[in-house]
Amino acid sequence: MSKIGKEKLKEIYIIMLRIRAFEERAIVEYHKGIPGFIHSSIGEEAIPAAVGAFLRGDDYLLTTHRGHGDIIAKGARFDKMMAELFAKETGYCKGRGGSMHIVATDRNMLGATAIVGAGLPIASGVALGCKMQKLDRVTVCFFGDGATCTGAFHEALCFASVWDLPVVFVCANNLYSLSTPQKVYTKLEHISDRAKAYGIPGVTVDGNDVAAVAEVASEAIERARKGGGPTFIEGMTYRIYGHHMGDPGTSYRTKEEVEDWKKKDPIARLQSRLLKAKVITKSDIEEIQADVNRELDEAVKFAAESPEPKIEDALSGIYYTAR
Amino acid sequence: MKELTYREALREALREEMKRDESVFLLGEDIAEYGSSYKVPQGLVDEFGHERVRNTPLAEAGIIGATLGAALVGMRPVAEIMYIDFSPIAMDQIFNQIAKFRYMTGGTVKVPLVIRTQGGGGVSAGLHHSQSLEALYTHMPGLMVVMPSIPYDAKGLLKSSIREDNPVMFIEHKGLYGQSGMIPEEEYLVPLGKAEVKCEGKDITVVAYSKSLVLALQAAETLEKEGISLEVVDPRTLLPLDEDTILDSVKKTSRLMVVHEACKTGGFGGEVAAIVAEKAIDYLDAPIKRVTALDSPIPFNPRLEDYIIPNEGDIIAGARELMGKEVSAR
Ligand SMILES: Cc1ncc(C[n+]2csc(CCOP(=O)(O)OP(=O)(O)O)c2C)c(N)n1
Ligand SMILES: [Mg+2]
Repeated sequence: MSKIGKEKLKEIYIIMLRIRAFEERAIVEYHKGIPGFIHSSIGEEAIPAAVGAFLRGDDYLLTTHRGHGDIIAKGARFDKMMAELFAKETGYCKGRGGSMHIVATDRNMLGATAIVGAGLPIASGVALGCKMQKLDRVTVCFFGDGATCTGAFHEALCFASVWDLPVVFVCANNLYSLSTPQKVYTKLEHISDRAKAYGIPGVTVDGNDVAAVAEVASEAIERARKGGGPTFIEGMTYRIYGHHMGDPGTSYRTKEEVEDWKKKDPIARLQSRLLKAKVITKSDIEEIQADVNRELDEAVKFAAESPEPKIEDALSGIYYTAR
Repeated sequence: MKELTYREALREALREEMKRDESVFLLGEDIAEYGSSYKVPQGLVDEFGHERVRNTPLAEAGIIGATLGAALVGMRPVAEIMYIDFSPIAMDQIFNQIAKFRYMTGGTVKVPLVIRTQGGGGVSAGLHHSQSLEALYTHMPGLMVVMPSIPYDAKGLLKSSIREDNPVMFIEHKGLYGQSGMIPEEEYLVPLGKAEVKCEGKDITVVAYSKSLVLALQAAETLEKEGISLEVVDPRTLLPLDEDTILDSVKKTSRLMVVHEACKTGGFGGEVAAIVAEKAIDYLDAPIKRVTALDSPIPFNPRLEDYIIPNEGDIIAGARELMGKEVSAR
């Protein structure tokens, strides 16, 4: 099949199904009235799933406003994520953060930031901290193509490069920075060329091809872990929905473009490969899907029934107070 | 007269000034086809083209630096920072470059630019999309800071800001874009640096701006029924501040409340309170009251957010306290 073993591909496939199912449920709950913004990652699942499958529990992860998939790929729990989307006390951030700010410290997931680009320098710092303490942990930072225009992106790569930090920068290039197409914000054909400016490896892969992403990701993660320094990975992909659920996504892209990309759905692609290679059967898939749906039903129930934060606690958690 | 929303009024101001003056142009993230997050510049690209309605790369420091540079050589750029929460990324350009440029040149160079942005909470947008950061900018000599509360002012103040030869931080509120108001058919300007008494009263001077002004006017109506009369003053421009209008009002009412959505500590309310304490303390019959957000980040949870941000009820409670009728919770 590829350098990536069948079992690994199946593992990645399951992560993708989990992400897709969570995202679909989040949209349902959004339309029922959960507060705030939801930035769906539907269509982009291959990238986090293929990267996440090579991370250890103690590796670190940072992400963005479109981070549900990345967080799930790091093994975060549906119930605490869903409770966070519901703004409940039992959520990952006790309802203070919401969809764009999930931090799952139980999975060394150090946060989604809603400031585009802000995660990258932090990721370099996390990698620095690990390196200084001789921990063989790798830090992965996910972000979008638009984020590569920020000063923060460039400064982060600069630091990671000169200090040979164990960090992997993973860009989900969905062709748009919100509504602005790539050709409007860069002359580069491949954003991964930006890595050249910092003397680090930069690669562009088909981000909807799981095996392709898995190959470069596993290599980059291993290199980082062995002290070989940072890598920049660009996965070419597409978000099927608008920028967030309030954006129909129609003012800046054509229906045909969206339909074309729907045909390149990463889950369907891997699924047909796995079926053909007899790595899984139709009934396996049904079983996996049923399990995931059951877990999601429970997560939604948990979220809906969980208590709201208490008003008395409104000012707690701002400062550390030794008890 | 015609009825326009705050959003439409702002768009009209942009359109009129772009028609009037070729050197006026817009730059910002996703302002062209998409019309940005709150749709103020929507449609202007069809009228003026991409040359004058420029989508930028996602880079706030780049946007603001380019704005300054273009202003220095004869353009009148109107930049947009989608959320004021992102403006600190451009802080060096705003604080160290824009605010000081004229002074640095011994007062010989003009810096005619506007930075439009919007702040405020109320929509569960979370920690990075809900803040009220005006006090950062009022702390910076060399800038002007404008915060319109109603459509009429939004249009008139934006037009004046674009014609102004000093740099203006023009801060809108996401909760006001859909609010309607009457606007003259003919062209008009609202001068910068001039406050307006939005509602006359005799018991308490309430200084409030942006969305808090709207809340203060609602509170004034409610309180009138129980015999408390608020005089609501809208400074409209925070920097430079029209002190006289505020002081005149306080001298008349003998009581002062300041309302804003930014948190209390280091907030603009402290500045207003200090001015009144310095220049009119002998006229005061009660301690000065600040009704503000609590000192906290803005939480995602809507109930907590509601609690942190001041509402009409908090203004009413504060007014009763000033009149000796009850002790308010904040
Ligand atoms: C510093 C900053 N600027 C602007 C925004 C508003 N914004 C949120 S996402 C986004 C586009 C980001 O594009 P990209 O990095 O490609 O990520 P994508 O949304 O496509 O996943 C913009 C402009 C923001 N949140 N932070
Ligand atoms: Mg993108």
